[in-house]
Amino acid sequence: METFEPWSPARTEAIIAPLVTREGALLPILHALQDTFGCVPREAVPLVAAALNLSRAEVHGVVTFYHDFREAPHGRRVVKLCRAESCQAMGAEAAGRFLLAALGLPSGEPWGGTTADGAVTVEAVYCLGLCAVSPAALIDGEPRGRVDGVTLAEAVGA
Amino acid sequence: MTRLFVPGDSAAVAVGADKVARALADAAERRGLSVETVRTGSRGLAWLEPLVEVETPGGRIAYGPVEVSDVAGLFDAGLVQGGAHPLRIGRPEDHPWLAGQTRVTFARCGVVDPGSLADYRAHGGFEGLARARSLGPAKTIEAVTASGLRGRGGAGFPAGVKWKTVADAPAERKYIVCNADEGDSGTFADRMIMEGDPFALIEGMAIAGHAVGAAKGFVYSRSEYPRANRAFQRALDLVRADGELGVFDIELRVGAGAYVCGEETSLLESLEGRRGQVRAKPPLPAHKGLFERPTAVNNVLTLATTPWILTHGGEAYGALGTGRSRGTQPIQLAGNVKCPGLYEAPFGLTLGEIVMAIGGGAASGRPVRAVQCGGPLGAYFPPALFDTVYDYEAFAARDGLIGHGGVVVFDDTVDMAAQARFAFEFCAVESCGKCTPCRIGSVRGVETMQRVIEGVDVAANLELIEDLCHTLKFGSLCALGGFTPYPVMSAITHFPEDFRDRTSAAGTSALPRAASEV
Repeated sequence: METFEPWSPARTEAIIAPLVTREGALLPILHALQDTFGCVPREAVPLVAAALNLSRAEVHGVVTFYHDFREAPHGRRVVKLCRAESCQAMGAEAAGRFLLAALGLPSGEPWGGTTADGAVTVEAVYCLGLCAVSPAALIDGEPRGRVDGVTLAEAVGA
Repeated sequence: MTRLFVPGDSAAVAVGADKVARALADAAERRGLSVETVRTGSRGLAWLEPLVEVETPGGRIAYGPVEVSDVAGLFDAGLVQGGAHPLRIGRPEDHPWLAGQTRVTFARCGVVDPGSLADYRAHGGFEGLARARSLGPAKTIEAVTASGLRGRGGAGFPAGVKWKTVADAPAERKYIVCNADEGDSGTFADRMIMEGDPFALIEGMAIAGHAVGAAKGFVYSRSEYPRANRAFQRALDLVRADGELGVFDIELRVGAGAYVCGEETSLLESLEGRRGQVRAKPPLPAHKGLFERPTAVNNVLTLATTPWILTHGGEAYGALGTGRSRGTQPIQLAGNVKCPGLYEAPFGLTLGEIVMAIGGGAASGRPVRAVQCGGPLGAYFPPALFDTVYDYEAFAARDGLIGHGGVVVFDDTVDMAAQARFAFEFCAVESCGKCTPCRIGSVRGVETMQRVIEGVDVAANLELIEDLCHTLKFGSLCALGGFTPYPVMSAITHFPEDFRDRTSAAGTSALPRAASEV
């Protein structure tokens, strides 16, 4: 389980400073911020923009383009369940429905989310490269293969 | 000291390889046995993972799939001497699945320690780079051109021609960009190289840099591949400390969950720190790529194959394969298949041989109904087309593509209308938004396919989808919108029974079989 620091302007600037000189520094900076704070806080955007001589709109545009970057930290446990074709062929949809029902999360449109108590986040991903052991998931960043609804629910204590 | 080999590959770890490695070490210690555990990549026989190997005087002996509960029994059976046990497979090289392969790109994967430069060198590592340096840039490019190697990312563009274009482009600064944004469902070969033989990719990039005159390389990988990124970074740190690359330097960058960044111009935008929106071509990246400099963008497999080509000569590689598809293709078998994994073979097998003889048919034991080749933008093939030869041209002739080499098998419970809708949904979610056909067309496609599924004006809506696919195919800027018609139209063409009016009396028999059998 990951733990994150509370956001602060000073910490943000300390993270940005060593990265600004890299070619195409924006994504490495956003990743570093999210690794530290669990998200890219809205308040961090002006600091990033100033450091890279970009407009706030440009930075906001990049943050919102990529599925990974989030404005608020996810739950304490994170299940990224693959919903792409190989895992579909091996029952990923049923596994997802079981897990989401156990957690009281929606499995239609929208699909997944974070439980009200902030314990678990379930996200869809499209391919983890674990297609030879489908259905597959990343649970707190660790790969899991040949999963089903029961093993997923047990893994996050649902 | 006995050496045990346990894959550290993500897929093996996903089914318990880390726990098995720990259990083996603990059990050996308790029994007072002197054992060293080497974490290799995967041999690619995924259904036998975790696959444990032990070094014996007669070569390595494999056991699999090993669970933690098997460990005590394995030691009782004399694991360290390669003793008999129900899980004993024997010499892995003699296993029919491996014996039938021609391993070029994956020759070392699953064999060597990906964290050891000494092991890499002991297995021919850096011989290709040394050969390239002695040949000089022009002859290096000639060797790659002579090999007939085509871009393994999916487009199949001749690698030598691309390198020549970059080499001939006048510029003070040029780049090598390795596309490791392997987002196609059913593909995992790039990941396996990064985890199992990362030095080969590094060597291939150094060869490319030498050939085109670039001093800097980027690897653009995926956030979905945390272990691969750690493995590659570790290897990169070792090579840097070793000094083998000379002035050439490589940096690993990680994307942020955008499938479209696997498209080369979108990838370059992302590397530059922008939204991953595709660029119109021309200019080609080879002329104006990363930071407007000449850039060779190559897939992991393309780059990781070049050391072999330089070591053995372009002709040796070109002697393999069929037609204009030269060399080998690491085929990735996935989905509902008995024997999933990585199978490297010269081009020229038939799709039926791959799915039925090598893959063993559906894992569920039910009949195979559809096979999607080339990722989410690839066509669905029915068993009636299993005679299709696995090469670029033969697949194109049947309105399909081999793409990055993924083969995803579905049994007869699959609902092809749902798969066609998913293709549009995927395109809608992942569209970068730059061009209208893809941005709007994908959403309209989802809506229209939903109407077909609900039985609303089926014939008219199918006609609309065909028209929409025509617009997507010819009006999109890149392959995301341009190829989404492949899965959609192949599903409609080859599986028309799933697209009949499901609400009418005549249509009920067209329900997917799984539903009608319940």
